[in-house]
Amino acid sequence: MSEAPLIEIRDLRKVYRVGRVDVEALRGVDLDVARGEFVAIVGPSGSGKSTLFHIVGGLTPASSGSVRIAGREVGAMSDAGRTRLRKTTVSFVFQKFNLLPNLTAADNIELARFLGGKNHAADPHFQDVLKLLGIADRLRHKPSELSGGEQQRVAIARAVVNHPAILLADEPTGNLDSVNSRTVLELLRDLNQRLGQTILMITHNPEAAAYGHRIVHMHDGRIVATPPPT
Amino acid sequence: MRYRPLRTLLSVLLIAIPVTLILTLVGLSRGMLEESKKRTSGIGADIMVRPPGSSIITFSGAPMDQRLVKMLRQWPHVAGATGVITQPVGGISNVFGVDLDEFNKMSGGFDFIEGGPFKGPNDILIDDFYAQQEKKHVGDTVNVLNHNWRVAGIYRAGKLARMVLPISVVQDLTGNTGRVSLIYLKVDRAENINPVIASLHEKLEGYPIYSMPEYLSLVSIENVPALNSFIHVVIGIGIVIGFAVVCLSMYMAVLQRTREIGILKSLGASRMYILVLIVAEAFMMGLFGTLLGILFSFGARWAILALVPASLQQAIVPDWWLRAGLIALFASLLGALYPGFRAARQDPIEALAYE
Repeated sequence: MSEAPLIEIRDLRKVYRVGRVDVEALRGVDLDVARGEFVAIVGPSGSGKSTLFHIVGGLTPASSGSVRIAGREVGAMSDAGRTRLRKTTVSFVFQKFNLLPNLTAADNIELARFLGGKNHAADPHFQDVLKLLGIADRLRHKPSELSGGEQQRVAIARAVVNHPAILLADEPTGNLDSVNSRTVLELLRDLNQRLGQTILMITHNPEAAAYGHRIVHMHDGRIVATPPPT
Repeated sequence: MRYRPLRTLLSVLLIAIPVTLILTLVGLSRGMLEESKKRTSGIGADIMVRPPGSSIITFSGAPMDQRLVKMLRQWPHVAGATGVITQPVGGISNVFGVDLDEFNKMSGGFDFIEGGPFKGPNDILIDDFYAQQEKKHVGDTVNVLNHNWRVAGIYRAGKLARMVLPISVVQDLTGNTGRVSLIYLKVDRAENINPVIASLHEKLEGYPIYSMPEYLSLVSIENVPALNSFIHVVIGIGIVIGFAVVCLSMYMAVLQRTREIGILKSLGASRMYILVLIVAEAFMMGLFGTLLGILFSFGARWAILALVPASLQQAIVPDWWLRAGLIALFASLLGALYPGFRAARQDPIEALAYE
């Protein structure tokens, strides 16, 4: 018997109230993700991909169902508990990079380290990550002085600085040209292969999805095809 | 703060204004009172007799009969007595009418820097502070009580008043012939001061009679009618301004940084961390506003000397810096609470979607 999945999602539902109308964003999602897996989640706009990410990342609570991360039930967590989850266990990479514009790349990374409670001297392991990402010489620059590809690499560095169990990448190549997209995707694959980083990646792009170990298709708030973990 | 320099500068400036107001008001009150105390103690008297019904600071006209001075001069253990008449001359300045011979006996005389005593009924004596501020010298003309006076002498400041005229001249000009505003007494020996006051109280019922140390100790902000209340009103206005400025400024800041707040939350920043960020920025604005307000109080003193020379005296009041600072900080922190809580409660998903 293989070890328990890192992420276990059961009958996950989310209903948003928009004005007087209830919108069902998730309609019973079941998904297991093993530790060290790289899963691509593909689906059209409005299929519930981002909502799934927000619940797994503790940014919003589910309406019903269960999400367990490393055995801990996310739904049972208080706001403070979900904040701790984002500090220590789950991190995000966004389509729009979401770097703090007034801080340098290094300060953006340091802030994440500080918030994660790891504001001690840089660990040598992370220095390897910076080399892998190829941004060691760009750290003193502010986001506005960096290209889109460089900004996304800084965002990835920020996301992995506290060694989270799970990296949630929401359309990480959505704002990049094909060359930078390939670079970022290869970096994510390297992080997964070399460091065993568990990655869930939302994408519209089939080429990008092919970088994952498996592809999960979502439609109308449901998973429509889920090949078993390998 | 440094990323929104104009907004920060304006906020700091607006916080500085009430701080300046408080420090200037207290400084003016204290400056005027200290100056008044200094001049009063320079008279050299032991006892002051004030008109019935007068308070420590205020009195009006010349309600006491001048013959009282003659009577008090004969009082047991009283070595000297002199009556003075005081008349407001615009703003808060007063001109004093004195009998120079009597006054000199009590005080040891004016210490003249230029010129000397009165030579005629149109002569005025001024102190060096007034002379310097108004750029007057002996022989120049000073217009007081709708009358042009020749400066006969300039004396070292610290005795009785800034401007002195012959008592009879002021009495006649103001329709108070034969009347005085205050009477100063000199007692033969220090140990007789209290017995003399006690005997005076028996005879002069209703007259406030003080030893000079007692009088000087009573000349304080607390004893000036309505001044304390006025200071409290200014403090209240300061708190309201500080609160409104910081609340508006931080509310704008929170709106401008909605997305950044979302980013911080996605990185694991707690509600308390966000709240502390906002409050800390408000604290810094309050701190810089206080420092600027203190600097402005020096500027206010300079402006007062330049614009209303020889009139208002503003003291610099370092013991009020902390109080004014705490008032500004209290108002700033109060103003930061609503924007801070709003930021802390911000939904991270909505914040991240904010353009």
